[in-house]
Amino acid sequence: MAAVKKPETRNQKPEIRDSRSVWIAPLLVSGFWFLVSSCASRDTVTIIEFWGLGREGEVVAELLPQFHKEHPEIRVDVQQIPWTAAHEKLLTAHVGNSLPDVAQVGNTWIPEFSTLHAVEPLDARLSAAMPRDDYFPGIWETNVVGGQLYGIPWYVDTRVLFYRTDMIATPPRTWTEWMAIMDRLKKQSKDPHFYPLLMPTNEWPQPVLLASQLGAELVTEDARAKFSDKRFVDAFSFYLDIYRRGYAPVIGSSQVANLYQQFGAGEFAMFMSGPWDVGNLRDRLSKEQQGKWSTAPLPAPDGTPYPGVSLSGGSSLVLFRSSKKQAASWKLIEFLSRPEIQIRFYELSGDLPARRSAWRTPDLVDDPQIAAFRTQLDRTIALPRLPEWENIATSIFEHAQLASRGQFDAAEAGRRLDAKVNGMLAKRRWVLSRLRVASSELREPLRLATHSPVHDDARATRNAQLATAGAAQ
Amino acid sequence: MSSQARAAVALLFPALLMISVFYLLPVAGAVVLSVTDFDIYSIGDASNTRFVGAANYGALLESPLFWKALTNTLYFSLVAVPLTVLIALGAALLLNAKLARFKALFRTIYFAPVVTTIVAVAVVFRYVYHARVGLLNQLLDLIGIAPIDWLGDARWAMPALILLAVWRNFGYAAVIFLAGLQNVPDSLYEAARIDGAGPLRQFWHVTLPELTPTFVFVGVITGIGFLQIFAEPYVMTPDGGPLNATLTIVMLMYREGFRWWNMGYAAAVAFVLFALVMLATALQAFMRRAR
Repeated sequence: MAAVKKPETRNQKPEIRDSRSVWIAPLLVSGFWFLVSSCASRDTVTIIEFWGLGREGEVVAELLPQFHKEHPEIRVDVQQIPWTAAHEKLLTAHVGNSLPDVAQVGNTWIPEFSTLHAVEPLDARLSAAMPRDDYFPGIWETNVVGGQLYGIPWYVDTRVLFYRTDMIATPPRTWTEWMAIMDRLKKQSKDPHFYPLLMPTNEWPQPVLLASQLGAELVTEDARAKFSDKRFVDAFSFYLDIYRRGYAPVIGSSQVANLYQQFGAGEFAMFMSGPWDVGNLRDRLSKEQQGKWSTAPLPAPDGTPYPGVSLSGGSSLVLFRSSKKQAASWKLIEFLSRPEIQIRFYELSGDLPARRSAWRTPDLVDDPQIAAFRTQLDRTIALPRLPEWENIATSIFEHAQLASRGQFDAAEAGRRLDAKVNGMLAKRRWVLSRLRVASSELREPLRLATHSPVHDDARATRNAQLATAGAAQ
Repeated sequence: MSSQARAAVALLFPALLMISVFYLLPVAGAVVLSVTDFDIYSIGDASNTRFVGAANYGALLESPLFWKALTNTLYFSLVAVPLTVLIALGAALLLNAKLARFKALFRTIYFAPVVTTIVAVAVVFRYVYHARVGLLNQLLDLIGIAPIDWLGDARWAMPALILLAVWRNFGYAAVIFLAGLQNVPDSLYEAARIDGAGPLRQFWHVTLPELTPTFVFVGVITGIGFLQIFAEPYVMTPDGGPLNATLTIVMLMYREGFRWWNMGYAAAVAFVLFALVMLATALQAFMRRAR
């Protein structure tokens, strides 16, 4: 090779050149070996690409050794994507044809990806290993768009009431009790900076879940805004009343310097949040403060069953249509959905399992601060499943921000939201009308329905049963 | 064609090709996009796209959010551009002064923010602007000013961003001013001194007139940059700040385009911004000619 060349005539310069080629030769050889060996391994092992978001993307790597042992023919390549960039990254990857095989997505994104035809329907792949009724109904439904299932719930979250046990002996079960507690706390306290409730004005979940508790629909199936509806306006007035009576400070979340310290110090007695804050409070509150807080399911509007409904949050696992390794990827989804793996995932990440059977573990059952989530998870609802939802939610909090500062009342907020949201949905109505024409010609079901017929099916069966029961009598 | 012209064409061709493919073509694409309702439904199925004429522009002009973004951008530029130019000039004068020592060190210090990545800057400035433990509020506390919630208060979020943007960008302008100052011939100062002009009169009658072209250049460049301000508000207040107080035109464009996928509408925003930048540049060129 070039390295062995006329050693006796070396002067300064050729020596350098020679010594360089001495290095190049083994490099080339090893590079060639690497290529050959990686080609060889590619024949036997299927490499699937998995995008995990934030902390979950980190933790999932610890579950993979077991998966690799069970499936030596598959290798999972995990890419961790930060939550803040994930949504944009997935969408641009879809447009740029560079989606992975399988990914974790926020369950509110599923309507968008199904509209884009980016995700694969999963109904046909479901097996006895993943029985539908082992999942919480509200959460499951967030994955169903137009009657088809596009994601498998991986972990779940929902909002409950966090409260100070030293200020509130029994958490409220109705809106009236809730208001009475806030009234008592506000009157008792001499500190002008004390508020019974913290409810940042730049968060949409609170007004949306209050409205859902009263049964407001927000957006109809044919893509029309329903914010002037009495149920939304009533819930929104209740929401505004909390600020107007001084039970909650009119501030955005960025003005809350440190939620945990302030809650620990007793600057407010309640807030509504998700399971992530259980971990945060445990990490950050001092020892003496630890015994002084707990969680409770949400209070319900008077005359409705307790607890009041909450939101269906969490992440799902999806398969992408563009993937050529769907069978192998589905095995990963099946693995991550197994109850015992869900329990391990909870232990590693603190994310609540999506399957009821995983909730039998003593870790979860005997934890008083987690128990409320179990009760609440049976009472969650899926939000309108539209690709425009995030934009609509942003509008809701923008109106909440202005209304909480007294710029207009609940009825006016409803009117303004109707105008704004109907504008956003104009395109959707047009697309729906096109689909309706097409489906009436082809006699095919609609692909873009807002509310899955799952719910309606259940209602139809129930009605049919009632009808037969009536006939029997 | 003469051989010289042929050579010129041959030499220019690669550059022109690149510009056409990577610049002119996308711009033409954006023009087409801006007269359609291209959105998420169109990505799913291209037949869901309609030609809408000027409807995007019409909707834009009727949208309060657009006017909010426009006012914010103008507010930002009208304050930040003169501030940057003045501070840069001051810094350049200090660096150019004969008495100044450690010139290389100070030049580096002034220029460091320009080349520091914005994400690192954002992390540091989040602390500086923190309502309770922030450095800025602690300094204000020393002179008896009550703490200000810099990024959370709709009135203060924009001034906080202006401060950050000026700090981050004046170094670049300062270097250009420094070059301008070093180009002023010493003979002019000598002549002024012989005529009995003090330092102030020398500055007013020699330095400033000699710096006019530099002023125009710095003004135009900073102005164009600030009308398109995006990185600073995006890293400090990704959701547009309290009550959209820091939502700029480019942020609106990004939000509409990449968060809501209203690409047609976002393209229309882009062209309004383009018109705005052209207008500002033309105005500056006109003022220069008038002088």
